Amino acid sequence: MNPQLLWLIPILPFSGFLINGLAGRNFPRAVVSALALTATLLPALLVSKLWMVMTATGGPPEIFLSSVPWIAVSGFHVNFAFTVDHLTLVMLGVVTGVGFLIHVYSVGYMAHEEGYWRFFAYLNLFMFFMLMLVLASSFLLLFVGWEGVGLASYLLIGFYFKKDSAANAGKKAFIVNRIGDFGFLLAMFLLVAHYGTLNFSTIFATIAASPLSGGFLTAVALLLVLGAAGKSAQIPLYVWLPDAMEGPTPVSALIHAATMVTAGVYMIARCHVLFDHSPLALTVVAVTGALTALFAATMGMVQHDIKRVLAYSTVSQLGYMFLACGVGAYSAGIFHLMTHAFFKDLLFLSAGSVIHALSGEQDMRFMGGLWKKIPITFWTMTAATFAISGVWPFSGFFSKDEILFQTFQSPNPLAKLLWLVGLVTAGMTSFYMFRLWFKTFFGESRFEHSSFAQASHGNNHASAHGNGIHESPLVMTLPLMVLGVLSLAGGWVGIPAALGGNDVIGHFLDPVFHGAAVPAAAPAVAAAAHGLEISLAAISLATAALGIFVAWLFYHRKPGTGAKLARRFQPIYSLAYHKYWIDEIYGSFVVAPLLAFSRLILAGLVDGGVIQGTGAGLAASARGSSWLVRHMQSGKIRSYAGWLAAGAAAVIVLALFLR
Amino acid sequence: MNFDPIILTLILATPLAGAILLALIPEQEGFDKGGESIDSKRHAAGALVVTLLTLLLTLHLPAHFNYHASPHTFQFEQNLSWISNPAIRYHLGVDGLSMWLIVLAGFLAPMGVLASWNAVQRRTRLFYSLFLLQQVAMLGIFMALDLFLYYGFWELSLVPMALLIATFGRTENRRRAAIKFFLYAFIPSAILLVAILWLYNLTGTFDLPTLQALAGAHHIAASPTALLLCSIAFLVAFAVKVPIFPLHGWLQDAVTEAPTAAVMVLAGKLGLYSILRFSFGIFADQSRHMAPLLIALGAAGIAYGSLIALIRTDLKKLAAFSTLAHVSFVVLGIFTFTVLGMDGGIFQILNESLIGAAFFLLLGLLYERYGTYEMRDYGGLASRHPWMATMFVITSLAAVGLPMLNGFVGEFLILSGTMQSIVVHHVLWTTLGATGVIFGAGYMLWMIQRVFYGSPGVRTQEVQGWDLCSREHLELWPFAALFLIMGIASPLWMRAIDTYGAPTATEIAPSGAPPSAQITEQIHSTPAVADSALARNSHIPHLTDARQEVR
Repeated sequence: MNPQLLWLIPILPFSGFLINGLAGRNFPRAVVSALALTATLLPALLVSKLWMVMTATGGPPEIFLSSVPWIAVSGFHVNFAFTVDHLTLVMLGVVTGVGFLIHVYSVGYMAHEEGYWRFFAYLNLFMFFMLMLVLASSFLLLFVGWEGVGLASYLLIGFYFKKDSAANAGKKAFIVNRIGDFGFLLAMFLLVAHYGTLNFSTIFATIAASPLSGGFLTAVALLLVLGAAGKSAQIPLYVWLPDAMEGPTPVSALIHAATMVTAGVYMIARCHVLFDHSPLALTVVAVTGALTALFAATMGMVQHDIKRVLAYSTVSQLGYMFLACGVGAYSAGIFHLMTHAFFKDLLFLSAGSVIHALSGEQDMRFMGGLWKKIPITFWTMTAATFAISGVWPFSGFFSKDEILFQTFQSPNPLAKLLWLVGLVTAGMTSFYMFRLWFKTFFGESRFEHSSFAQASHGNNHASAHGNGIHESPLVMTLPLMVLGVLSLAGGWVGIPAALGGNDVIGHFLDPVFHGAAVPAAAPAVAAAAHGLEISLAAISLATAALGIFVAWLFYHRKPGTGAKLARRFQPIYSLAYHKYWIDEIYGSFVVAPLLAFSRLILAGLVDGGVIQGTGAGLAASARGSSWLVRHMQSGKIRSYAGWLAAGAAAVIVLALFLR
Repeated sequence: MNFDPIILTLILATPLAGAILLALIPEQEGFDKGGESIDSKRHAAGALVVTLLTLLLTLHLPAHFNYHASPHTFQFEQNLSWISNPAIRYHLGVDGLSMWLIVLAGFLAPMGVLASWNAVQRRTRLFYSLFLLQQVAMLGIFMALDLFLYYGFWELSLVPMALLIATFGRTENRRRAAIKFFLYAFIPSAILLVAILWLYNLTGTFDLPTLQALAGAHHIAASPTALLLCSIAFLVAFAVKVPIFPLHGWLQDAVTEAPTAAVMVLAGKLGLYSILRFSFGIFADQSRHMAPLLIALGAAGIAYGSLIALIRTDLKKLAAFSTLAHVSFVVLGIFTFTVLGMDGGIFQILNESLIGAAFFLLLGLLYERYGTYEMRDYGGLASRHPWMATMFVITSLAAVGLPMLNGFVGEFLILSGTMQSIVVHHVLWTTLGATGVIFGAGYMLWMIQRVFYGSPGVRTQEVQGWDLCSREHLELWPFAALFLIMGIASPLWMRAIDTYGAPTATEIAPSGAPPSAQITEQIHSTPAVADSALARNSHIPHLTDARQEVR
């Protein structure tokens, strides 16, 4: 394969964006979708070809491709250059594969929407930036993708821009991400100042060869963590993600579950050399991840909006990936990133299918009994629910288990505590997911009480599909089925030796994270570790089962128990339901004081008072001096003589002191 | 035929001749679409022809620029004796600093004419004559290498602008705004004149290259204090014109009042160019002494401008403070005296001018339709004006420094340069400057949302607007294309800029402690070595040692 073909991988979606963006409003829908789908399918095919080339025996472990300079001044230059190693391959596979499936799904989901062309243009734009992000060979080029996906996310969250809530959510996402980017930028400035370059290979080689004092690397790493926390919705910057659900559901699936939000995890994994030299930064990553996982899960347990449950679940799962990176188990983090892309994507798309079937209803209180009516959606969603809950042998079991195992045996002093938090979160995860599952698909149908049910009667949309609740068309269910298979089997590439597999993905990523081959552990140690791994797996399976049982008890066996408990523990429930009032706290303790400061102090006192006052003083003094000058021209010889003397004195003084 | 020796004079003469010609042609009665009596388009069309011709002529410069000329030399020079005593020469010339600025001035002029096409309907003869005169002054400032000649152009730039504001301003407040603008600019300019004459008295020359050589060899016979005072006189005159925080008192009123075409060229480039050319050229040591203050003011200006823009609901006032924030980036960059900061700063002058011009143009289009700059009266325009919304979004993204658009390259280099510099508290100033990244996104996106998203506002319900017409498309697409091309292919511009920026930064940069720029310079100069990590390691200890010494 000609390496120059790599350029096509991002350029094709970009062309799709340009064509659809500039002229799409005049195209028929079929042309728009054909263009957009081709612009995603071809990169996917190129990636599979690339995959074959690189994994063939004797294939290159890394491809580096450089081109024209992007920024070039004396002493500093950044080229458009790509690096492909095994980590990039995994990401490329996830992004193009899942991306293409979502493009297909969107053809059905968005069929009735206004601005169809705009949607696909933005989606292609997103693909372009995401591919830039994973292909980048320098921090700066990664940042291009990093900011770019944020832009695409802003545009797509605000897709229904007539709705204030959507426009707000888009803006909020962009600005909160900017806070993270602020950290990312500062990290880059520090790197430029110290290394004079932003290329991954040179910086990491330099660090590996002679690490600077830990303080500098820790500062850089912590600033990068801030960036990652923004993009991957971790504490304290997670607040934008739940609101981002205002976007169309395929967007939530692609951007806010499978790909963009995992960019932070990818970035940390990419910079593992840097993080490995800063135990403090790693601990911060691990603790942030564990806390976010737990915290988001508590909020996910009480939401009524089906997409919001999934949003908190995404935040929580991203926390797991952070935890994995934080304990140095980057492969496990990337593995979970991959399986999560499959099952979370599927969850969102199935939820979208449910919403589609219910003419736009998202509140689970008005769902129920849907399993017979939309069977394909039901079965695929079931696969995903089992996967995320970590039930053997679904994909999520293997990746989550790997993370918990690696956390447990990591040398970090907090390891056992972090493991416990991860375990509790796993139980909560299976609880809230099965709560969603039972409420949506079982029990009595409550849709007749929904405002959307009334609205859908006589509506063209509903009558086009026959009456009432309907299964989605094949163009939507086909991606569901593919993802269903992946949610089941996608984890089998990571079956650990303890369970009779050989951890294909771990070994696949070894060249990236460990350089040379890792020496095999002594058999006795390995056997002990296997024993530990199996017992931990059993514990987490039991926890998942407990979560499922409680959900079954509350929402199926005795429906209404949940509501009763909510009333019983009103304060706690309310706290979690209102997201711990974090948005309000940020609003009144950060945003409002800042605006008040600008309004009262800066605009009022400084600009209105001092600076405009000086201007007014200037004008007054001009008037005053004109008065003075007028009076100097008095016509009296005596006063002229006086002025002359004063002037001469001034000139002498100046001449004496300034020479 | 070789145009090189006279090309600059041609560039100057074209708009000047145009201004005179337009002043001689009387206005003609015409009618707008509604049948109202307005001036005919003959002056607008004439100005368009003249400015397009000027633009074409300016393009000669990048086409024939010699990138391998030695530092501190000028190209396309024309050096004629004008007055023998005092020795005033008609000396024009171009180097990597001014070349793209001249092209920029050439580009903005036809855009300004297009922007005024329907906005100015009365007294078109006066308007376009003044507008072209203003362009002559601007081009002259970028070309003049004789201090006296330069000062003539500098003063000339004030008068047409003040008259444009006073005559074609939007509200009754226009006179006051014009007087304020004039006073702010004129008083420091008078002091600048005194300083120029004082220098002449000492050295017997107004010629910039000569003065630069004298200053470089420390052959100007004056006490350090006197030189410092003289450099301050220069700097203050330029700083007011930029404006540098906190000397921006005139900006908001002038921006609010000035017609679109005037506001497009109001702030930024003239003052910033003059600092680079004269303050840095003649007063290198003094500029280095004052750098910590100016860096602090630059960083503060970024945060200050952005924070106030965040609370403004008048679109023009918002734009005024956003301008302040953007020019502050340039100030921050150039005073770091690092190659990155200097090159990035100069590149950012181009970006800031283009982005600001596009932004003001768009605001003008909104005003033409709805007659207000109050954001709260707008809302929900995106579905009515999809193309206008698109252009607003593109311009805003360039302004907030989205990578792949031009603003990012400048801001990134500037802040990297600040971090590299060894000025005291450089980490603090970098951080403060970088907050502009957050607040900038805040006010721009807030603006977009209030004007274009959500439900229709009061004013937009009353008045029926229309999306961009073909003339407006013609105005805006060149900007959008430039944002993208300059964001992706910045070396096209940077190559010329670097021929000025790199030597200047290296010479002025504090000696003694080696700034990181020099170290990276070593790396860069040997690309083969640059790729080996070993070679780099040998430099890094020096670097860290140097930094510790400085602290």
